[in-house]
Parts: sequence; C-alpha cells; structure tokens
Amino acid sequence: MSTMQTSKAAGVPAERIGWGTMVGAVVPWVAAIAYYYLAEGYLTFGTQIMIWILFALSLDLVLGYAGIVTLGHAAFFGVGAYAAGIFSIHVTGDPVLGHLVAIAVSALLGFLTGAMILHTSGVTFLMLTLAIVSVIFEYANKAKWLTGGDDGLQGMRVDPLFGTFEFNIFGNTAYLYTLAVLFIWFVLSWRLVQSPFGRSLDGIRQNPRRMRAIGTPVWWRLLAIYTISAGMAGSAGALSAHSTRFVGLDVLSLLTSGIVTVILILGGTRRLYGAFVGAVVYFVVQDWTAKISPYFWEFIVGAMLIATVLFLEGGLMDLGRVGRRLVDRFRKPSDAA
Amino acid sequence: MSFAATVLLDGISYGMVLFIISVGLTVTMGLMRVVNLAHGSFAMIGGYIAGYLTQRGHDFYVALAVAAIVPGILGGIAEVTLFRPLYRKGELAQVLLTIGFVFIATAAVSEIFGAFPYPVQFPEYLTRPLDIGFRTYPGYRLFLILIGGIIAAVLWYVIENSLFGARLRAAVDNGRMARALGMNVSLLFTGTFVIGCALAGLGGAVGAGILSPEPSYALKYVVLFLVVVIVGGEGSFKGSFIAAMALGIIDTVGKYFFTEAAAYLLYAAVFVLLLWRPQGLLPPKSVA
Repeated sequence: MSTMQTSKAAGVPAERIGWGTMVGAVVPWVAAIAYYYLAEGYLTFGTQIMIWILFALSLDLVLGYAGIVTLGHAAFFGVGAYAAGIFSIHVTGDPVLGHLVAIAVSALLGFLTGAMILHTSGVTFLMLTLAIVSVIFEYANKAKWLTGGDDGLQGMRVDPLFGTFEFNIFGNTAYLYTLAVLFIWFVLSWRLVQSPFGRSLDGIRQNPRRMRAIGTPVWWRLLAIYTISAGMAGSAGALSAHSTRFVGLDVLSLLTSGIVTVILILGGTRRLYGAFVGAVVYFVVQDWTAKISPYFWEFIVGAMLIATVLFLEGGLMDLGRVGRRLVDRFRKPSDAA
Repeated sequence: MSFAATVLLDGISYGMVLFIISVGLTVTMGLMRVVNLAHGSFAMIGGYIAGYLTQRGHDFYVALAVAAIVPGILGGIAEVTLFRPLYRKGELAQVLLTIGFVFIATAAVSEIFGAFPYPVQFPEYLTRPLDIGFRTYPGYRLFLILIGGIIAAVLWYVIENSLFGARLRAAVDNGRMARALGMNVSLLFTGTFVIGCALAGLGGAVGAGILSPEPSYALKYVVLFLVVVIVGGEGSFKGSFIAAMALGIIDTVGKYFFTEAAAYLLYAAVFVLLLWRPQGLLPPKSVA
C-alpha cells in the first residue's frame, strides 16, 4: 500500500506496482472466497459486511477523493433499498432488473440533488445534505401506502437469480451475488480513481480554485462523481433489500450516514481498501461488544472515532506507518523532529 | 381567533425551547466556525438529569439548576480536551469527532437509564391548565414562554451592554483582529462554550415536555438545532431567536393543518431557504 501511496503523491501516471501491493490487492478477495467455504453458518454476516464495504466505497469516492463532506449519503442507500423493494412488490421480483432500477433511481436522485447543492460548500453543504435526507426520511415515514412507514417495507418478492439460483435462508446466493457486485464496483472505482478524471478530483479536493483556473470544469466533475457515487450507494441499498427481503426506515436515518462515515474513516480514506478494513473491524467489534451490552458497541465506535480523528488521521490503514514512525523516533531520539 | 392564538402560543413555546437549546451553538459556531453535532447531547444530558432528580422527589428548580450546571462542566471539559485540537482541522474531522461524542453520550444514557423515554416530573401547578382570559391554556407552555423570554432578554442585555458581550461580538466579527488586540479568545471561547452547554442542558430539562429525553434524542434533534443556527445565520444571536420562533410556529402550524406533510415540508422549506440564502436569514457579521 505504501508504495502505491508514494507513487500517487508523485503524480506519476504509469505506476510501478510492487509485489506487496499486488499481494495486498488479492488478499481481501481470497479471504472473501475462503469465508464462503469456511464460515457457512455466518454467510448473512459476511453479506452484510460486503454491503457496507460497497456503501463505504461509494462514500470514499465523494468524501475521500473529491473532498465532498456529506452527511446525506444514507439518502442514496435508503432510496436504492426502497426502490429495489418497491419494484419487486409492484413490478417483478427479478433481482438483477430490480438492482438496475435501484441504481438508476439513486443516481438520478444524486444528479438532481447534486445539481442543486454542489455549488455550496462547508457547513451550508452539510446542512443541505441533512435537509435532503430528512425530507426523504419523513416522507418515507408518512407514505405508509408506499413504504410501510415505520413498520418497514414487507412482502418483497425475490425471484431466483438468472432464473436458477434461489435466494435461500443460508444466504449462499446472496453472499456470492454481493461479492460479485462488490468486485465489479471495486474494479470500476479503481479504474476511475486512476483515470485522468480521478486525478482531476484529487486536484479539486486539494485546490478547487486552481483547478478552475487551469480550465477544469469543477462543478461538472463534482456532479459526475456525486452521481456515480449515488448510484453505487443505491446498489448497496438494493443488495441489502434483496438479501434480507426487508427495508427498514432506519436505512434513511442520520445514524446510517454516521455509520458509513465511521467505517470509511476507521479504515482510511482514498485507499479504496480502507472501506474493507473499516467495515470488517466495525462489524466484528460490534458483534463482540454487543454480547457484553447492547449499547457497548456504540460507545466503542464513538471512542474509536474520536481516537482516529485525534491520533490516526489516515485511519487503520495508516497504523503501519504510524508504528514505523514511532519505532524510528525510539531508535533515533536525537533527530525525532 | 382563540384557536389562532392557541396555535401561536404553542408555536412560540416550542420555539423558546429550540432557542434556549440552540443559542449556545449559534455563538460557538459563529466564534470558532466549528461544525458541532454534539450539542444535542448536552441538552439530552440535561433532560436526563432533570428526569432523574424529579422522579426521586427533588425540588424541580434544584433539578433545573443541576441540569444546567453538569452539562456546563462537561462542556467545559470536552472543549478543553477534545474540541480544541479541532479548530485547525477541517469540517470532516469536526463532524467525525462530534458524532463520536454523540455515540458515546447515547451509549452512556442507554446503559444508565435504559432504552425508553425518561420523563421529567413537572411540578403539579405547571401541569394544570391556566385561565388566560379568553380560554384556558397549559401552564407548562406559559412557563416555557416565560423562561425563554427571560433568558433571551438577559442574553440580549449581556451581549449588547457588557464588556463580555462586546468582546464576544468583536471575536465573532474578526477573531484574528481580536486576538491581535490582546484578547484571550481561547478563554472567551471556553467560557461561551460552557454557558452554551449549560443553556442546552437547561433547555433539555425544561423542554422535556415537548422533546422528551430518550437515547436517540442527541441524534434525532440535532438537525433541528443546527437548522436554527444555520437558518438564523451562524453567530447571529438575533437571527437564531427569529429562526427558532419561525421554526416553532411553522412546525406547529404544519402539525395542526397539514398533519400528513408537516415534517417533510419543514425540511423542504429549510432546504429552499438555504439555497436562497446560504448565509442564513441574518448574515453572520455580528452577534447582535
């Protein structure tokens, strides 16, 4: 990972990818496949983790790369989940079709709201994203005929995938399906952040004024990534709806936006794999601590967040570097600065 | 006529609660330009403390005092230890740390007081309807208007006429200049933060009849408090009073007349208003 970082910082277009990076890039996928065979009773847990990885990955594109600080990303996840659910009830239970519809609806929402608010920044932008997600939450709460209100959306129909693979209660199909979707989105995101478009986002985050001065259409670039990210979050929402056959009102809550931000920040932004580390750590810690007390995990998550902000700006993916720095300082106390 | 007056009084009393809780946030956000999502936690803590004490038969006003003092002290500690490193960091760090604070506060009250709403026992004379000439009206709501009015008047007087107020206005208008003139802006800020958190605790306690203390309180209502701040204009004392009243009245009118659409119409209105005036109703050039 660190080799990737340094070459990126230098801005060299053709990267030399080291062995460490290649092994690091393969490990998560091997682990995900191994999990399928080794943890048979816990596939729904694994599916949930992958869904949140995808959601956090979508946030990494806007927050990490483009530097758009938002608290409204739950809107896209939630709308994607509701779109997939409502489509399956009223039109057809085909999961792929429902999934595509969900992506389209979320991306459209991202495009429309982004077009309205992306010219603002800072606290105003944050408040606008909060206002949007609040409007959608309150609407979903009231529109019982459409969403089931606070009872959640029930009666979803999920047909077998490609007409053959049944979504069974052990979650085999859901797990592999989610893994495949995550992989596709990951490759797309990886290509995207390496592309000139992705580099221009890096520039916009660092200095939007200069980017504008050298002729980058900043607003359009931001709108493009916001729309893509919204579609991706909607995809995660659709996976969540299809794998659980249920959509609860809490997918649209501020807590959902909070959790996905926590996952991304814990893992580390602008690394893509940060979302993987963050989601695994988050859910494993939640699973353990929930056994001690139902509220303990919330406490731990809060503490982890504060510690990350104060001491570990690059997230858990930065632990190695911070550790090395500490060791260096210990070895050579004279030139610690 | 009498009905319209009732709606108006309901709206004003609700607005007073929003004002008491949010006013501290307005001033601190104006002073340090910090995004603070943790403010609702202090109101929640105040509400729980008042609930705990009154349920055990302690005097209501003693409970209110403790509900203001404890969040004030906690706020002071949090400002010095957690928030101070934040001022030089970006919005993201501010959002994250303050959300982390909310999670911890929520976990703490759920662990200590349980997951259910935790009511404050108001004194008997406040729960009675009072005759106000043309009709009877809940004494509790009148009490809210009274206490909110007193706090607004005192704050207005302090900000307009005291040395502390003058320093505060100077620091909000131009913090660097104030610092260059030898003012201890950090200390001023800590003081303001403590007062703001104490007021939030007090607001959480007296407003418990409207916004009842529950573990989700800190996250659920923080959007509302932020709306008051942003709509009023960061750092604008007058603006936040107007915004709180407007929000209280609009929300109440909405609940009476558009029961189905009230909640999302409110946020939609905030959305439109922020697009129209990103700096809020009264731009943040001055506290007063």
